[in-house]
Amino acid sequence: MFQPARRSLLLGGAALALTMPRRVFAQAAAPAAPTGPFTLPPLPYDANKNEAAIDAMTMEIHHDRHHAAYVAGLNAALKDQEQLAALPLDELLMNLARVPEAVRTAVRNMGGGHANHSMFWQIMGGAGGEPGGALKAAIDRDLGGFAKMKTDFNANGMRVFGSGWTMVTVTPAGGLALVTKPAQDTPLMEGQRVLMGNDVWEHAYYLRYQNKRADYLAAWWNVLDWDKIAARYAGAMGGTLRV
Amino acid sequence: MAFTLPALPYDAAALAASGMCQETLELHHGKHHNAYVTALNGLIESKGLAGKSLETIVAEAGRAGADGLPVLNQAGQHWNHTLFWQVMTPNGGGDSLPAKIAAKIESDLGGLPAFKEAFKQAGVTQFGSGWAWLILDASGKLKVTKTPNGSNPIATGEGTPILGADVWEHAYYLDFRNVRPNYLQNFLDKLVNWEMVESLMEKGGMASGQSA
Ligand SMILES: [Fe+2]
Ligand SMILES: [Fe+2]
Repeated sequence: MFQPARRSLLLGGAALALTMPRRVFAQAAAPAAPTGPFTLPPLPYDANKNEAAIDAMTMEIHHDRHHAAYVAGLNAALKDQEQLAALPLDELLMNLARVPEAVRTAVRNMGGGHANHSMFWQIMGGAGGEPGGALKAAIDRDLGGFAKMKTDFNANGMRVFGSGWTMVTVTPAGGLALVTKPAQDTPLMEGQRVLMGNDVWEHAYYLRYQNKRADYLAAWWNVLDWDKIAARYAGAMGGTLRV
Repeated sequence: MAFTLPALPYDAAALAASGMCQETLELHHGKHHNAYVTALNGLIESKGLAGKSLETIVAEAGRAGADGLPVLNQAGQHWNHTLFWQVMTPNGGGDSLPAKIAAKIESDLGGLPAFKEAFKQAGVTQFGSGWAWLILDASGKLKVTKTPNGSNPIATGEGTPILGADVWEHAYYLDFRNVRPNYLQNFLDKLVNWEMVESLMEKGGMASGQSA
């Protein structure tokens, strides 16, 4: 039911009433039209593709509203910063210290949100299963095997108090590590690459799971695309992975 | 003694016509708040909290910084939600406030419209989960502020809350989805129990009456 053509309409705001409760969105300002270099990547699949873990409405609101707001906020924060706005997103986030203090927090929050969500859509859309090849070997070597990685990753997700992320990073030395980040911080800010991560902001799961974050964390593995994650791993090792 | 979940001061369906549906209140009170109470009780022994009041625990955990966070997360949220239920009421909000709180808002914050704008701004700019507050500061003046996650102005030492709005997404996602500004506007327009806020101002803040 999710048409790419309609998504661009949704961003205009007017068509939202077709799919979402009118009272909720009647007064919502539409996300600003692109005014800067950063743009919202389209979802790489239909919004119902992750139904095994995430309902289509959550996908639509999450992408078209939450992620779009991060992109708009990042462009707004950088509107007078021509040089910084020309940087690739990962370099911008690795160089927050160079961002003027007046907009640093906005760039950190909005830029982090843009990077995190761009990664998040990319690694889903699959049918779960298990990693293989070099990635499996790295997981066995650094994270005690896939079963342990899954358990530890989900436990980390439960430990995030409030909004944040549970992630697997690729360190500059090529090792895998489990980390958590509050709000929209990202390991990119410390020069790590992000292999994969799950969003544990309540907006990621509240419509279907309400307070049951553990159920969401458990179901999420059923929609991962391990080919995509393996490609991210190869990119991280080869120095080509960005956000 | 263990901490307990205080009953809602109104029916779970009572705020539905004012923008907070029954499912939100049942989950928020019966699941979220209850989980904070349970988790806090689980920390009493290991963290040496026995005998202390909830307010003391929150203040001490706040002063302890990062080391105090595990306790502050649960104790702060228990205190914060206990206040939150009290400062809402069916048919709340409005623009005609009780005389004393109206005068205080006029003199300290420049009037009700200015207060509403500042309070909304505090809530909207609290990135991620947290709270927007109206507090009495150390000099007895009203002030609008915000805190992240489970913290509050008692923990930060900024003052004594007399009104708080939960801006965790669980507080508004079923009713307002991603649109936090509308939730805050609705909270101010239709939910605030100004009689209670005035009474808390006169008493110098809420005493939870709870201790470990
Ligand atoms: Fe998100
Ligand atoms: Fe809450």
